[in-house]
Amino acid sequence: METKKVEVIQDIHAENERIAREINADYNRKGIFAVNVMGCPGAGKTSVLKQIIARLPGVKTYVIEGDIESDLDTRTMQALGIETVQINTGGACHLDSPMIAGALKNIELKEPGILFIENIGNLVCPAEFEIGEHIKLLISSVTEGCDKPYKYPLAFEKADIIILNKSDLKPYVDFDDAFFSSGVKGLNPGVPVFEVSSKTGQGFDAVVNWLEEKRK
Amino acid sequence: MHEYPVTQEIVRIAEESARKYNAVKITKITLVVGELAGFIGESISMYFEIIAKGTMAEGAALEIKPVKAQLKCDRCDRYFDRPRYSFTCPVCGENGRPTEIGKEFYVENIEIIT
Repeated sequence: METKKVEVIQDIHAENERIAREINADYNRKGIFAVNVMGCPGAGKTSVLKQIIARLPGVKTYVIEGDIESDLDTRTMQALGIETVQINTGGACHLDSPMIAGALKNIELKEPGILFIENIGNLVCPAEFEIGEHIKLLISSVTEGCDKPYKYPLAFEKADIIILNKSDLKPYVDFDDAFFSSGVKGLNPGVPVFEVSSKTGQGFDAVVNWLEEKRK
Repeated sequence: MHEYPVTQEIVRIAEESARKYNAVKITKITLVVGELAGFIGESISMYFEIIAKGTMAEGAALEIKPVKAQLKCDRCDRYFDRPRYSFTCPVCGENGRPTEIGKEFYVENIEIIT
């Protein structure tokens, strides 16, 4: 009997990332552009998706809805005629690759297009897990306050595009644009930030143009 | 909740490595956890005891090495701890950029009995 120390150096996310790469390769074969939609509860993730999808009439869109409980958002999307499947995590605070692999068994990605994956409402954990996406779209809103980049840096650092929602409410809340912007720039210098209002639809044409350009 | 599945993965990785060396038991696992990795050491330790039961790692010690997050200054190339509510280099005042230091999350080594 002998005791010894052996080196391992194995990333704990390696298995999740291996599955993410497989999922991503499958999307590429099928011509699917996958968007990981992140944001805190109430940031307006579903409302933003409705506005974006309404501006993509010629594009096949699919949605995976992630929630701890309920299928309210799935029913909203299905009522609009969008092919949607629900993942209920039953408590887990983020989606991971095995969950996406499971959900993809319930939705057939027949035509090329865009798959929006609405992550669990949470500004922390979703940023830590790859789910096979092409881009991460972060939704923040003026009602959350301008200090969020400083308090939840990873989500802002990892985002490929940031949408600042509820801009129509700016006159009613103390949102310091300069403080927000310098936080975003410090963490993620080149990231585009689009101000929108899901209530009025303002600003979404630019978001859709960016997305269409990005998926080419 | 968040730490439970990653702790299962830690035990799985440790057992897989131990088997490569034909070990009979794992006596210690050393983890490296950056402060931006998003996982709490105490929480991993709590789940570890439960999850390790009945595995090769039952009763093993778990050492968690924390790593403080560092920014890197664009101008003077220095690494520095991120100040609160800013990204400013304490030496030259330029904005620092996030680095990979502080995002580590891996099993560094295991101690085994063969």
